[in-house]
Amino acid sequence: MKRILTSMALAAAVALAGSAYAQNLNIVSWGGAYTASQQKAYHDPYMKANPGVKIVNHDLGSGALAKLRAEVESGKVTLDLIDMTAADAIVACDEGLVEQVEPDKWLAAAPDGTPASKDFFAGTLSVGGTNCFIPQIVYSTTFGYRTDAFKGAQPSSLADVFDLKKFPGKRALEKRPNNNMEWALIADGVAAKDVYQMLSTDEGVARAFAKLDTIKDQVVWWTKGAQPPQLLADGEVAIASAYNGRLFSAIIEKKQPIAMLWDWQNFDLDGWVVPKGTRNLAAVKKYLRFATDTQRLADQAKYISYGPARHSSAGRVGKHAELGVDMKPHMPTDPANSKTVLLSNYVWWADHQTELNDKFNAWLAK
Amino acid sequence: MSKTMDEVMRTADGVPLKVSLHKALVRSRIRALLLVLPLLAFLLVAFLLPIGYMLFRSIDNRIVPSIFPRTAVAIQDWNPAGNWLPGEAAFEALVRDIQQAFKDRTLGRVGRRLNYEKPGMSSLFRKSGRRAARITGPPYKEQVLRIDKRWGDVNTWRLIHRESGALTGAYFLAAVDLTLNDRAEIVRQPEARRIYRTLFSRTLWMSGLITVLCLLLGYPVAYLLATLPLRYSNLLMILVLLPFWTSLLVRTTSWIALLQTEGVLNDLMVFVGLITDDGRLQLIHNKFGTFVAMVHILLPFMILPLYSVMKTISPALTRAARSLGATPFTAFVRVYMPNTYSGVGAGCIMVFILSIGYYITPALVGGRTGTFISNFIALHVGQTLNWGLAAALGSLLLVLVLALYLLYDKIVGIDNMKLG
Repeated sequence: MKRILTSMALAAAVALAGSAYAQNLNIVSWGGAYTASQQKAYHDPYMKANPGVKIVNHDLGSGALAKLRAEVESGKVTLDLIDMTAADAIVACDEGLVEQVEPDKWLAAAPDGTPASKDFFAGTLSVGGTNCFIPQIVYSTTFGYRTDAFKGAQPSSLADVFDLKKFPGKRALEKRPNNNMEWALIADGVAAKDVYQMLSTDEGVARAFAKLDTIKDQVVWWTKGAQPPQLLADGEVAIASAYNGRLFSAIIEKKQPIAMLWDWQNFDLDGWVVPKGTRNLAAVKKYLRFATDTQRLADQAKYISYGPARHSSAGRVGKHAELGVDMKPHMPTDPANSKTVLLSNYVWWADHQTELNDKFNAWLAK
Repeated sequence: MSKTMDEVMRTADGVPLKVSLHKALVRSRIRALLLVLPLLAFLLVAFLLPIGYMLFRSIDNRIVPSIFPRTAVAIQDWNPAGNWLPGEAAFEALVRDIQQAFKDRTLGRVGRRLNYEKPGMSSLFRKSGRRAARITGPPYKEQVLRIDKRWGDVNTWRLIHRESGALTGAYFLAAVDLTLNDRAEIVRQPEARRIYRTLFSRTLWMSGLITVLCLLLGYPVAYLLATLPLRYSNLLMILVLLPFWTSLLVRTTSWIALLQTEGVLNDLMVFVGLITDDGRLQLIHNKFGTFVAMVHILLPFMILPLYSVMKTISPALTRAARSLGATPFTAFVRVYMPNTYSGVGAGCIMVFILSIGYYITPALVGGRTGTFISNFIALHVGQTLNWGLAAALGSLLLVLVLALYLLYDKIVGIDNMKLG
């Protein structure tokens, strides 16, 4: 018995020493190609430079918010850093689940000395009036269409997405009000700057639904980002809204007969938040300083077609690491792609998400 | 006296037999209890506590009174039925609470909580946090009204007044498409926002139909399994169990590949000329898709209890009925079938209860019209983070299941259920 106890104590001591020696950082992200791009651009070089740190990836995707809340409420925070969309980050920040960020203290300046607070795209560090979010990428929800679906003219504008006469065929849209309501109004002729003001009224919401009604029978509603490229590839739909990185992968890597339709793409942000009460705050800050610097953000664009969120990174975006394709024309932020851009009004959505979720789902069920 | 003592039967070591037997009984009871203790502890920790917590979460309303304690007290004796704003004291309490909450970073929680009831509260509190930080002294009311005109709206104060108690019924009301109006009367949600009743009834009737379909399809299969010679029935059993062991996601995705408009089934029908290429059928992303995928996934839960009950029915019973002059049909319906009712009950309850809680499959194949209430519970747990509403929806679902279970017990009798 005594021997067993001794050996157990020894084992525990070794385990403790081991954990003190190799520090684990639990990083949550989206999995798939996206985590792979972070692994190559951020994690691998960081672990090489800091042999004591081991980064463990957790693929929670959109489940991260619920997990974060459960951990913070129970007081046992195991996650160290979470990658989430700006909208989720605002919720997490409002709920007090994440640390406040002091950009210029935490983040590296640009190579020319511009402080981080000026180098990240304007307003992105304080998205929705919060101060918990460190953006990494600009991604967009835009449209892709099958190049073999239409004889003659190909769809080239948002209006074409809603035009079943000129471009017959099924559509795939995300099963939530966000973006769809804005697109419906813009396609119906509302100026982009008036969209949210209009959506704040019952008439505006009714008008958006009336426009969506014109294609309702032809829409397949998706819930997971992997679905729309698959629906396009299978020929299930002719036009689909999708994340631009997923479409890039379908078009360039998998060589599917799909083309991009950038008109009124919705710019959105994805980035880091630090769970409140993480045990490794110092290590997390050190990692963040490295992983969000100018070069690292530019490096990520070698592996996935999302635009880095810093001005100073844009000039360093080069070719795809494996395919050798020039990545600039595939970036949502490329001038040729971003002639018309929809910017989500996060503050407005925080006010109206509950109400519009209800209305949207009631409309869907009809 | 001593004589009667001596008449008591004793064990070899002199203890009265009665005492000794009692001791042995207690010991064996304790042993039995110790054996089930891990299960009881597990049930308590993994089942009862979470359910209790969930039930509580659906009425828990501590956010406003705990983060806005001064305001909650200050507007206690304000009359929400009147048409005037609370006095200076309430505004002073509000400013102090907002300043404190802004410092503690809890203001957003209050804003989000109240925003569930009234769109716009989220931005009002966000805006007020920054501005109220600058207020240092009276007059409070005047300065607060300058921050945003909504602070001058009596309805804003009525809402805070209403939700300043420690418990709330708002989540349960929302879960059945009801709401409180500005006068705190229960009214139906505006028609454009009614969803949950539709979803509850859809979940129930679709689950009911799925159960019936599983029974119709599973009964003959179970009968075959139970009556065929062993070497055939074993093979058949593998066919039943193989999909059962396959990942749920794989099975669901396979149905997408089979049923989609450019999928295998439509291709086949076009090939044999049943439909034209333009007239391909929509077999998935609707109710039909949910039915097919769910029936397939839940079928083993019907077949297995049926099979285990049928296996115990002696073939001699049917033979006896036949020898007494019953036709094969009569013998089956009057003698064989009643013996399987316990399995039918078990299978139906299992399939039905599993079905109303399913959410992955309806989410992937249900499209617009084939999703269940669980999809919305998942939405509120994972995305909107409105756990109160999720808990209320979950509690209602639990109550529904228990009610149906009791109904079943009343009609069929739960003792008649047999899982094997």
